[in-house]
Amino acid sequence: MGGNSPCASCKLLRRRCTKDCIFAPFFPSDEPHKFVMVHKVFGASNVSKMLQELPLHQRADAVSSLVYEANARMRDPVYGCVGAISYLQNQVSQLQMQLAVAQAEILCIQMQQEPALPEPQMDAGDKSFVVHNELSSMAQFMNHPSTSNVPQEALKREYPWS
Amino acid sequence: MSNPTRCAACRYLRRRCCEDCALAPYFPSANPHRFACVHRIFGASNVARMLQQIPVEQRRQAADAIAMEAYWRVQDPVYGSVGVISMLQREISVAQCELAETQAQITMYASQAQSQPNQIAAAQCLVEDVHLVPSQPSQPPFPGLYQRDDIPQETLQRHF
Repeated sequence: MGGNSPCASCKLLRRRCTKDCIFAPFFPSDEPHKFVMVHKVFGASNVSKMLQELPLHQRADAVSSLVYEANARMRDPVYGCVGAISYLQNQVSQLQMQLAVAQAEILCIQMQQEPALPEPQMDAGDKSFVVHNELSSMAQFMNHPSTSNVPQEALKREYPWS
Repeated sequence: MSNPTRCAACRYLRRRCCEDCALAPYFPSANPHRFACVHRIFGASNVARMLQQIPVEQRRQAADAIAMEAYWRVQDPVYGSVGVISMLQREISVAQCELAETQAQITMYASQAQSQPNQIAAAQCLVEDVHLVPSQPSQPPFPGLYQRDDIPQETLQRHF
């Protein structure tokens, strides 16, 4: 949006902030650090292209996620968001193991008490963890899976493109 | 002297691939889609600059992480890897609830085995309370960042 105050992006890029500036609604002048991070990691032109390809009602969320990712990459230049994802998947795995142990314990207790009782409906094992499918498709991007240390636990899946 | 087998980056950018090409070690010609995603999201010059700012021994991991983030962003142009984080956090919430419920059931069964009515009543209340606890509110789409010093050392050593 035009007016007296250019948006943070136009201020950084030192250009005139027009009425239809694509960045203006999402990078106000009072939050310059947001655009600085996004520009440093993704580049203004790439962000502009990404936003142009999205419907208007989704651009705010897209900008927020880009800021988040840029921030994560600046905090951790090697792993960025992927470090957090690996940590969370490790938590999921640990909880799965704990759940399996607990369910086995229940079965043992029930078998000891009254073997004739019907077994409880244990459906935790049937839960599908959608994210594993999401992560499995990432295997194609591992060039040297035997040598790279970036989340092997998160990515040890089939390699459809090998 | 140029590299007769151009890396994926130089092939995509239609330029000569020098022997000291900064991107060649991490974007081999066998996987052109990988660089295409990275270039689309981050840009070749940004990636080259980011990699050059990282110690050599960590550049391969960094390139892989950048490729992953680019891939997720291409798959989900709105949320990218943040969508994956959000999904994982939801799964953790669900798993924690299930675990609490299962452990409460264990307590109840154990009390039954010991035939102690007071403990049985308390354990039954615990199981009912687990069912009454409202499901975890859906995580905000932008959870707090996980700083490196928040990641347990054993996890870091295992994965990285």
